[in-house]
Amino acid sequence: MESTQPRVHYLNADYGIRSWLFTVDHKRIALLYLGSITVMFLLGGVFAGLIRLELLTPAGDLVEADTYNKLFTMHGIVMIFFFLIPSIPAVLGNFLIPMMIGARDLAFPRLNLLSWYIYIIGALFTLWAMLIGGVDTGWTFYTPFSTMASNTNVIPTALGIFITGFSSILTGLNFIVTIHRMRAPGLTWFRLPLFVWAHYATSLIMILGTPVVAITILLVGLERAFHLGIFDPALGGDPLLFQHLFWFYSHPAVYIMILPGMGVISEVIACFSRKAIFGYSFVAISSLAIALLGFLVWAHHMFVTGMSVYAAMIFSFLSFAVAIPSAVKVFNWTATLYEGSVSFQAPMLYALGFIGLFTIGGLTGLFLATLGLDVHVTDTYFVVAHFHYIMVGGAIMSYLGGMHFWWPKITGRMYPEAWAKIAAVIVFLGFNLTFFPQFVLGYLGMPRRYHVYPAEFQVLNVMSTAGASILGIGYLLPLVYFIWSLRYGAVATANPWHATGLEWETPSPPPTENFERTPIVTQDAYAYDTQEVQVV
Amino acid sequence: MSERAAASAHQFDDAEQQHDASTLGMWVFLVTEIMFFAGMFTVYVAYRSLYPDGFAHASHHLDVLLGTINTTVLITSSLTMALAVHAAQLGRRRPLLIFLVLTMALGSTFLVIKGFEYAHKFREGLVPGPWFSYHGADAGAQQLFLSIYFAMTGVHAAHMVIGLGVLGTLVWQARRGRYGKSYYTPVELSGLYWHFVDIVWIFLFPLLYLIGRHT
Repeated sequence: MESTQPRVHYLNADYGIRSWLFTVDHKRIALLYLGSITVMFLLGGVFAGLIRLELLTPAGDLVEADTYNKLFTMHGIVMIFFFLIPSIPAVLGNFLIPMMIGARDLAFPRLNLLSWYIYIIGALFTLWAMLIGGVDTGWTFYTPFSTMASNTNVIPTALGIFITGFSSILTGLNFIVTIHRMRAPGLTWFRLPLFVWAHYATSLIMILGTPVVAITILLVGLERAFHLGIFDPALGGDPLLFQHLFWFYSHPAVYIMILPGMGVISEVIACFSRKAIFGYSFVAISSLAIALLGFLVWAHHMFVTGMSVYAAMIFSFLSFAVAIPSAVKVFNWTATLYEGSVSFQAPMLYALGFIGLFTIGGLTGLFLATLGLDVHVTDTYFVVAHFHYIMVGGAIMSYLGGMHFWWPKITGRMYPEAWAKIAAVIVFLGFNLTFFPQFVLGYLGMPRRYHVYPAEFQVLNVMSTAGASILGIGYLLPLVYFIWSLRYGAVATANPWHATGLEWETPSPPPTENFERTPIVTQDAYAYDTQEVQVV
Repeated sequence: MSERAAASAHQFDDAEQQHDASTLGMWVFLVTEIMFFAGMFTVYVAYRSLYPDGFAHASHHLDVLLGTINTTVLITSSLTMALAVHAAQLGRRRPLLIFLVLTMALGSTFLVIKGFEYAHKFREGLVPGPWFSYHGADAGAQQLFLSIYFAMTGVHAAHMVIGLGVLGTLVWQARRGRYGKSYYTPVELSGLYWHFVDIVWIFLFPLLYLIGRHT
């Protein structure tokens, strides 16, 4: 099947550091992102590890309170702005969207490279802020603490996030134009893979939400640097206004992190069930519905701030409403599994894990959207557990699933399947051991962001820390065997999973121009029932 | 991108697809710009509804005459920009250069006048912060107003500076004969950006300078 002669593809077309740093090939830029976000993920993981180590015992014996504040702040900033938000879009989206729609590249290749440089500059600012002492405001930068009280490096951190925001905006812009204008002949909107739909919805949030947080962070910076008094309560300014502006982006940002993951899951579930996605158009439209409704729920982060009860009721109702398109996806994925020829390769294990964990994360989100219950669990570990079920159990599981699924396409090598299955199980078990006890802790009343706690909470905290160690091993395993597979992995065929989709119709790794000739699409996505091949 | 004016970049099938994609890209970018300013307009609306009197009083610190002159200057610059785009579409290089330079001159005039206004505020002690010297009954609300004034006009001015840089690049490229009847997308799209910055000012001027003047 695979030829033994050296074939020119995007990885060996050109060599040397300049061929990477000045590349405009979306596939190479995706790999630049892959390298940088992996570094940031490891950094954020170290912060998380230190947090869990500190919480092993009730007393504050590993770090000072101030250091602890900086640790959870930097964990949040690194993981959200520098890992999760770019993760699937900038790596898998960048690599796959042009291939899935039969294009030679994104609409603006140089802009794409610029996005990566902007990301790197933003990351360097933030890292610099950490090296000179860090920041302790929480990733949320709540005023007036961030503008008046905190003595840490708010401005360089804020600048880093402000700059990185433009990377996100430009990536979203590039995706939207590409999906609108670059589709292959015959590839109508309702023939697009759901991965592309998910990224279209994500891009809408990126271009509509990110500018708002950019200006908000800028105003905080101006207030600190030049004493403009926009959120200053001493002048009659309103710190809650900051929270409204901040969450107007930062709640939809949750969907920036999870929607691309849902796109990955749709591809993987269809492939390993050998079936078209049940209710394709509903799943496609539900991505847009999530993007739209996601903009209307932000104040559920503020139920206990003393905002208007009537506003709170409306935001509570809308928060329930956003569960509907999310549930549409979960039900349709499970309906796709029904009577499918399901096989359990590593990507599928991650996808099934995603469905379970995302469901738990989503349902506990409904607890938090309920006004009365939210009062009880606000700012407790219940909230921490809830969003880690979405972000870690959802977004990172799908990211790993996607990386395994498309690794053969990206590198031309197969990863070791047995090790990958072991890693997937370890990640799932470690994850649940880490975060399930936190639901209980929060329900019992342990507040978040404290580095000491009453002794009665220790057992659950020890479980959580033990789980974090297991989870850490689960994350390191793929790092090791992915690198190993680059040299020793079996050579991948063009379509090792016998999957549908244009990206599988070109060799692995693809040539620089993606396709030898522009493909013409004549059928719907996921035409699995026409194929008889069984994945073994 | 290719050096030949009309040729399309490798990822596009033809020049028309490239023009369409670039135009859509610019409009999407302008949407992000609208959201960027919308954050500050939200702040403005929230505080003005909380402190209507303080805002009306603080508005009197602003110089309506200079603001009006600047509005006229900016609207005129939009006219010259539109004429530049028209000249580019007709492939007439000399008028294109003249109108681009005129637009730059008007834009610079706007910034110079804005600079005088800022300097005046500094001298009068109307810059928010520790040196704020107005101590009337609604000093807090007035400081909020002036904070918003500096933030919004400052960000607007930053957009003007970027716009001048873009126009400078256009002049340089136009002198090299880069644009002709068949390829003028950058001129057209820079025009969109320039008009957008102009429109933002059309909102800023009445909201900041003209509150409470109707009595």
